[in-house]
Amino acid sequence: MEPILECHELTKKYGNYFALSNLTLSLERGQIVGLLGPNGSGKTTLIKLINGLLTPTGGQIMINGLAPCPDTKKIVSYLPDRNFLNEHMRVSQILSYYEDFYDNFSTERASKMLETLEIDRRLRLQDLSKGTLEKVQLVLVMSRAADLYVLDEPIGGVDPAARDYILQTILTNYNENATVLISTHLISDIENILDRVIFLKNGQPALNASVDEIRTKYGKSVDALFREVFKC
Amino acid sequence: MPWNLDDNRPIYLQLMEKIQHDIISGVYRPGDKLPSVRDLALDAAVNPNTMQKALAELERSGLVYSQRTSGRFITDDQSLLNRTRDALAGEHIRSFMEQMNALGFDKETTLEMIQKL
Repeated sequence: MEPILECHELTKKYGNYFALSNLTLSLERGQIVGLLGPNGSGKTTLIKLINGLLTPTGGQIMINGLAPCPDTKKIVSYLPDRNFLNEHMRVSQILSYYEDFYDNFSTERASKMLETLEIDRRLRLQDLSKGTLEKVQLVLVMSRAADLYVLDEPIGGVDPAARDYILQTILTNYNENATVLISTHLISDIENILDRVIFLKNGQPALNASVDEIRTKYGKSVDALFREVFKC
Repeated sequence: MPWNLDDNRPIYLQLMEKIQHDIISGVYRPGDKLPSVRDLALDAAVNPNTMQKALAELERSGLVYSQRTSGRFITDDQSLLNRTRDALAGEHIRSFMEQMNALGFDKETTLEMIQKL
Protein backbone atom coordinates (compact mmCIF):
# COMPACT_ATOMS: atom_id res chain seq x y z
CA MET A 1 0.00 0.00 0.00
CA GLU A 2 1.03 3.57 -0.67
CA PRO A 3 2.73 5.40 2.23
CA ILE A 4 0.31 7.71 3.99
CA LEU A 5 2.82 10.57 4.00
CA GLU A 6 5.71 11.18 1.64
CA CYS A 7 8.07 14.16 1.64
CA HIS A 8 10.60 14.54 -1.10
CA GLU A 9 13.32 17.19 -0.75
CA LEU A 10 10.78 19.28 1.07
CA THR A 11 12.03 22.81 1.78
CA LYS A 12 10.42 25.73 3.55
CA LYS A 13 12.12 29.10 3.84
CA TYR A 14 10.98 32.02 5.97
CA GLY A 15 12.89 34.92 4.38
CA ASN A 16 16.46 33.68 4.36
CA TYR A 17 15.88 31.17 7.12
CA PHE A 18 15.49 27.49 6.25
CA ALA A 19 12.85 26.01 8.55
CA LEU A 20 13.03 22.75 6.60
CA SER A 21 15.72 21.93 4.09
CA ASN A 22 15.59 19.01 1.67
CA LEU A 23 13.59 16.84 4.01
CA THR A 24 12.89 13.39 2.55
CA LEU A 25 10.87 10.87 4.53
CA SER A 26 7.91 8.57 4.25
CA LEU A 27 5.46 7.26 6.82
CA GLU A 28 3.84 3.85 6.54
CA ARG A 29 0.28 3.12 7.56
CA GLY A 30 -0.55 1.58 10.89
CA GLN A 31 2.12 3.27 12.94
CA ILE A 32 2.35 5.69 15.81
CA VAL A 33 5.26 8.01 15.10
CA GLY A 34 6.90 10.55 17.37
CA LEU A 35 8.12 13.76 15.75
CA LEU A 36 10.78 14.99 18.11
CA GLY A 37 13.17 17.88 18.07
CA PRO A 38 14.18 20.99 20.02
CA ASN A 39 12.35 24.29 19.64
CA GLY A 40 12.74 25.71 16.17
CA SER A 41 13.75 22.41 14.57
CA GLY A 42 10.87 22.50 12.07
CA LYS A 43 8.25 20.24 13.66
CA THR A 44 5.34 22.65 13.45
CA THR A 45 6.42 23.82 10.00
CA LEU A 46 6.24 20.23 8.76
CA ILE A 47 2.85 19.76 10.40
CA LYS A 48 1.50 22.95 8.83
CA LEU A 49 2.74 21.81 5.42
CA ILE A 50 0.91 18.49 5.86
CA ASN A 51 -2.28 20.41 6.55
CA GLY A 52 -1.88 22.86 3.69
CA LEU A 53 -1.53 25.85 6.03
CA LEU A 54 1.83 26.60 4.45
CA THR A 55 3.04 25.97 0.94
CA PRO A 56 6.48 24.48 0.32
CA THR A 57 9.29 26.66 -0.99
CA GLY A 58 10.63 23.59 -2.79
CA GLY A 59 10.18 19.84 -3.05
CA GLN A 60 7.01 17.84 -2.64
CA ILE A 61 4.69 16.68 0.08
CA MET A 62 2.11 13.98 -0.63
CA ILE A 63 -0.64 12.60 1.58
CA ASN A 64 -1.93 9.29 0.28
CA GLY A 65 -0.36 10.23 -3.05
CA LEU A 66 -1.98 13.69 -3.25
CA ALA A 67 -0.63 17.17 -2.60
CA PRO A 68 -2.50 18.86 0.30
CA CYS A 69 -5.99 19.79 -0.89
CA PRO A 70 -9.62 19.43 0.30
CA ASP A 71 -9.45 15.69 -0.43
CA THR A 72 -6.46 15.20 1.85
CA LYS A 73 -8.08 17.29 4.58
CA LYS A 74 -10.87 14.73 4.66
CA ILE A 75 -8.45 12.03 5.71
CA VAL A 76 -6.17 14.07 7.95
CA SER A 77 -7.30 14.86 11.48
CA TYR A 78 -5.23 17.72 12.84
CA LEU A 79 -4.74 18.98 16.38
CA PRO A 80 -2.99 22.38 16.24
CA ASP A 81 -0.77 23.54 19.09
CA ARG A 82 -3.19 26.32 20.05
CA ASN A 83 -6.93 26.78 20.39
CA PHE A 84 -8.64 26.73 17.01
CA LEU A 85 -12.26 26.81 18.13
CA ASN A 86 -14.65 29.68 18.71
CA GLU A 87 -14.49 30.23 22.46
CA HIS A 88 -18.06 31.56 22.67
CA MET A 89 -19.46 28.21 21.58
CA ARG A 90 -20.61 25.54 24.00
CA VAL A 91 -19.07 22.06 23.96
CA SER A 92 -22.36 20.62 22.65
CA GLN A 93 -22.44 23.16 19.80
CA ILE A 94 -18.87 22.28 18.82
CA LEU A 95 -19.91 18.64 18.61
CA SER A 96 -22.69 19.35 16.11
CA TYR A 97 -20.37 21.72 14.27
CA TYR A 98 -17.89 18.88 13.83
CA GLU A 99 -20.62 16.49 12.84
CA ASP A 100 -21.75 18.91 10.10
CA PHE A 101 -18.23 19.52 8.95
CA TYR A 102 -16.71 16.05 8.79
CA ASP A 103 -18.28 12.92 7.28
CA ASN A 104 -16.04 10.74 9.36
CA PHE A 105 -16.79 12.34 12.74
CA SER A 106 -18.47 10.09 15.31
CA THR A 107 -20.59 12.07 17.80
CA GLU A 108 -21.13 8.87 19.72
CA ARG A 109 -17.43 8.29 20.22
CA ALA A 110 -16.87 11.92 21.23
CA SER A 111 -19.77 11.88 23.69
CA LYS A 112 -18.45 8.75 25.33
CA MET A 113 -15.02 10.27 25.82
CA LEU A 114 -16.40 13.55 27.16
CA GLU A 115 -18.44 11.55 29.63
CA THR A 116 -15.41 9.60 30.85
CA LEU A 117 -13.51 12.84 31.28
CA GLU A 118 -16.51 14.34 33.11
CA ILE A 119 -16.66 17.39 30.89
CA ASP A 120 -19.93 19.34 31.07
CA ARG A 121 -21.21 19.78 27.52
CA ARG A 122 -23.23 22.87 28.43
CA LEU A 123 -20.12 24.93 29.22
CA ARG A 124 -18.73 27.51 26.87
CA LEU A 125 -15.15 26.92 25.75
CA GLN A 126 -14.01 30.22 27.30
CA ASP A 127 -15.12 28.93 30.70
CA LEU A 128 -13.02 25.76 30.51
CA SER A 129 -9.59 25.50 32.12
CA LYS A 130 -6.62 25.32 29.79
CA GLY A 131 -6.21 21.58 30.35
CA THR A 132 -9.91 20.83 29.86
CA LEU A 133 -9.97 22.83 26.63
CA GLU A 134 -7.03 20.74 25.39
CA LYS A 135 -8.90 17.57 26.26
CA VAL A 136 -12.00 18.73 24.35
CA GLN A 137 -9.87 19.48 21.29
CA LEU A 138 -8.17 16.11 21.41
CA VAL A 139 -11.52 14.35 21.81
CA LEU A 140 -12.79 16.10 18.66
CA VAL A 141 -9.71 15.20 16.68
CA MET A 142 -9.61 11.56 17.79
CA SER A 143 -13.33 11.08 17.14
CA ARG A 144 -12.80 11.27 13.42
CA ALA A 145 -12.09 8.07 11.50
CA ALA A 146 -9.08 9.51 9.69
CA ASP A 147 -6.12 7.95 7.89
CA LEU A 148 -3.57 10.31 9.37
CA TYR A 149 -3.81 11.95 12.78
CA VAL A 150 -1.43 14.85 13.24
CA LEU A 151 -1.16 15.89 16.86
CA ASP A 152 0.96 18.95 17.65
CA GLU A 153 1.86 18.85 21.35
CA PRO A 154 -1.25 16.96 22.50
CA ILE A 155 -0.24 16.40 26.12
CA GLY A 156 1.60 19.60 27.03
CA GLY A 157 -1.01 21.24 29.20
CA VAL A 158 -2.78 18.40 30.95
CA ASP A 159 -2.17 16.67 34.28
CA PRO A 160 -0.44 13.26 34.42
CA ALA A 161 -3.69 11.33 34.96
CA ALA A 162 -5.31 12.96 31.95
CA ARG A 163 -2.09 12.32 30.03
CA ASP A 164 -2.50 8.58 30.65
CA TYR A 165 -6.10 8.79 29.51
CA ILE A 166 -5.11 10.65 26.35
CA LEU A 167 -2.45 8.07 25.50
CA GLN A 168 -5.01 5.36 26.10
CA THR A 169 -7.42 7.23 23.83
CA ILE A 170 -4.81 7.29 21.10
CA LEU A 171 -4.19 3.55 21.52
CA THR A 172 -7.89 2.68 21.60
CA ASN A 173 -8.90 4.70 18.58
CA TYR A 174 -5.95 3.81 16.50
CA ASN A 175 -6.59 1.30 13.72
CA GLU A 176 -4.32 -0.73 11.49
CA ASN A 177 -4.70 1.53 8.48
CA ALA A 178 -4.23 4.80 10.30
CA THR A 179 -1.03 6.55 11.21
CA VAL A 180 -0.62 8.87 14.15
CA LEU A 181 2.09 11.54 14.04
CA ILE A 182 2.71 13.14 17.44
CA SER A 183 5.02 16.05 18.06
CA THR A 184 6.04 16.51 21.66
CA HIS A 185 8.78 17.36 24.12
CA LEU A 186 7.45 14.92 26.71
CA ILE A 187 9.24 11.94 25.24
CA SER A 188 9.42 9.66 28.25
CA ASP A 189 5.64 9.91 28.68
CA ILE A 190 4.85 8.66 25.19
CA GLU A 191 7.87 6.53 24.37
CA ASN A 192 6.16 3.19 25.06
CA ILE A 193 3.28 3.81 22.68
CA LEU A 194 5.45 4.80 19.70
CA ASP A 195 6.51 2.54 16.84
CA ARG A 196 9.21 4.86 15.68
CA VAL A 197 10.64 8.30 16.17
CA ILE A 198 11.92 10.97 13.85
CA PHE A 199 14.42 13.43 15.31
CA LEU A 200 14.39 16.76 13.50
CA LYS A 201 17.48 18.92 13.75
CA ASN A 202 17.71 22.25 11.94
CA GLY A 203 15.01 21.23 9.49
CA GLN A 204 16.50 17.84 8.65
CA PRO A 205 15.91 14.35 10.00
CA ALA A 206 18.79 13.50 12.32
CA LEU A 207 17.39 10.05 13.06
CA ASN A 208 14.50 7.89 11.87
CA ALA A 209 14.33 4.58 13.72
CA SER A 210 12.03 2.34 15.72
CA VAL A 211 12.01 2.71 19.50
CA ASP A 212 13.30 -0.81 20.02
CA GLU A 213 16.03 -0.36 17.39
CA ILE A 214 17.25 2.63 19.38
CA ARG A 215 17.15 0.76 22.66
CA THR A 216 18.95 -2.24 21.16
CA LYS A 217 21.60 -0.15 19.42
CA TYR A 218 22.30 2.48 22.06
CA GLY A 219 21.18 0.66 25.21
CA LYS A 220 19.20 3.67 26.31
CA SER A 221 15.75 5.15 26.04
CA VAL A 222 14.71 7.54 23.28
CA ASP A 223 14.43 10.23 25.94
CA ALA A 224 18.05 9.69 27.04
CA LEU A 225 19.25 9.61 23.42
CA PHE A 226 17.39 12.84 22.67
CA ARG A 227 19.09 14.57 25.59
CA GLU A 228 22.44 13.43 24.26
CA VAL A 229 21.88 14.36 20.61
CA PHE A 230 20.44 17.77 21.42
CA LYS A 231 22.64 18.63 24.38
CA CYS A 232 22.88 22.42 24.74
CA MET B 1 -2.24 -0.12 35.40
CA PRO B 2 0.66 0.15 32.90
CA TRP B 3 3.29 -2.56 33.21
CA ASN B 4 6.53 -1.68 34.88
CA LEU B 5 9.09 -1.31 32.09
CA ASP B 6 12.75 -0.30 32.16
CA ASP B 7 13.98 2.66 30.18
CA ASN B 8 17.02 1.19 28.58
CA ARG B 9 16.05 -2.23 27.21
CA PRO B 10 13.93 -3.03 24.15
CA ILE B 11 10.25 -2.89 25.04
CA TYR B 12 9.24 -6.09 23.24
CA LEU B 13 11.79 -8.11 25.25
CA GLN B 14 10.35 -6.82 28.49
CA LEU B 15 6.82 -7.61 27.35
CA MET B 16 7.95 -11.15 26.50
CA GLU B 17 9.53 -11.56 29.92
CA LYS B 18 6.43 -10.29 31.69
CA ILE B 19 4.08 -12.62 29.81
CA GLN B 20 6.50 -15.51 30.25
CA HIS B 21 6.57 -14.77 33.96
CA ASP B 22 2.77 -14.68 34.08
CA ILE B 23 2.64 -18.07 32.36
CA ILE B 24 5.15 -19.70 34.71
CA SER B 25 3.68 -18.17 37.86
CA GLY B 26 0.19 -19.35 36.94
CA VAL B 27 -1.56 -16.06 36.13
CA TYR B 28 -2.36 -17.87 32.88
CA ARG B 29 -3.01 -21.62 33.10
CA PRO B 30 -1.79 -24.10 30.47
CA GLY B 31 -4.24 -24.10 27.57
CA ASP B 32 -5.73 -20.71 28.53
CA LYS B 33 -6.60 -18.23 25.83
CA LEU B 34 -4.51 -15.05 25.91
CA PRO B 35 -6.27 -11.67 25.69
CA SER B 36 -6.16 -10.01 22.27
CA VAL B 37 -3.10 -8.03 21.18
CA ARG B 38 -5.08 -4.82 21.48
CA ASP B 39 -6.26 -5.56 25.02
CA LEU B 40 -2.81 -6.60 26.15
CA ALA B 41 -1.32 -3.47 24.56
CA LEU B 42 -3.89 -1.27 26.29
CA ASP B 43 -3.28 -2.98 29.60
CA ALA B 44 0.48 -2.54 29.29
CA ALA B 45 0.08 0.96 27.79
CA VAL B 46 2.34 0.11 24.87
CA ASN B 47 2.14 0.20 21.12
CA PRO B 48 0.07 -2.69 19.67
CA ASN B 49 2.75 -3.47 17.08
CA THR B 50 5.30 -3.91 19.85
CA MET B 51 2.95 -6.26 21.70
CA GLN B 52 2.39 -8.14 18.46
CA LYS B 53 6.14 -8.60 18.10
CA ALA B 54 6.49 -9.86 21.68
CA LEU B 55 3.74 -12.44 21.11
CA ALA B 56 5.24 -13.53 17.81
CA GLU B 57 8.54 -14.14 19.60
CA LEU B 58 6.78 -16.11 22.34
CA GLU B 59 5.16 -18.19 19.64
CA ARG B 60 8.56 -19.01 18.24
CA SER B 61 9.65 -20.22 21.67
CA GLY B 62 6.61 -22.51 21.74
CA LEU B 63 5.16 -21.14 24.99
CA VAL B 64 2.26 -19.67 23.07
CA TYR B 65 0.55 -20.97 19.96
CA SER B 66 -2.02 -19.37 17.73
CA GLN B 67 -5.10 -20.89 16.24
CA ARG B 68 -5.91 -19.22 13.01
CA THR B 69 -9.30 -17.79 13.84
CA SER B 70 -9.71 -18.08 17.56
CA GLY B 71 -6.63 -16.36 18.93
CA ARG B 72 -3.57 -17.23 20.95
CA PHE B 73 -3.32 -19.90 23.63
CA ILE B 74 -0.83 -20.92 26.31
CA THR B 75 0.91 -24.20 25.58
CA ASP B 76 -0.11 -27.27 27.60
CA ASP B 77 3.26 -28.89 26.99
CA GLN B 78 4.17 -29.44 30.64
CA SER B 79 7.80 -30.36 29.97
CA LEU B 80 8.34 -27.12 28.03
CA LEU B 81 6.76 -25.18 30.89
CA ASN B 82 9.05 -26.92 33.37
CA ARG B 83 12.12 -26.25 31.28
CA THR B 84 11.17 -22.59 30.97
CA ARG B 85 10.59 -22.36 34.70
CA ASP B 86 13.98 -23.92 35.44
CA ALA B 87 15.70 -21.59 33.00
CA LEU B 88 14.10 -18.58 34.71
CA ALA B 89 15.12 -19.88 38.12
CA GLY B 90 18.67 -20.33 36.83
CA GLU B 91 18.77 -16.71 35.70
CA HIS B 92 17.59 -15.47 39.08
CA ILE B 93 20.18 -17.58 40.90
CA ARG B 94 22.98 -16.40 38.63
CA SER B 95 22.14 -12.75 39.11
CA PHE B 96 21.79 -13.27 42.88
CA MET B 97 25.17 -14.97 43.02
CA GLU B 98 26.74 -12.13 41.06
CA GLN B 99 25.34 -9.59 43.49
CA MET B 100 26.55 -11.55 46.50
CA ASN B 101 29.93 -11.88 44.85
CA ALA B 102 30.03 -8.12 44.35
CA LEU B 103 29.37 -7.75 48.10
CA GLY B 104 32.38 -9.98 48.80
CA PHE B 105 30.71 -13.33 49.61
CA ASP B 106 32.03 -16.39 47.85
CA LYS B 107 29.80 -19.27 46.75
CA GLU B 108 30.28 -21.42 49.86
CA THR B 109 29.60 -18.61 52.32
CA THR B 110 26.51 -17.58 50.35
CA LEU B 111 25.17 -21.14 50.40
CA GLU B 112 25.84 -21.41 54.15
CA MET B 113 23.95 -18.20 54.72
CA ILE B 114 21.00 -19.49 52.71
CA GLN B 115 20.94 -22.70 54.77
CA LYS B 116 20.73 -20.65 57.96
CA LEU B 117 17.75 -18.61 56.77
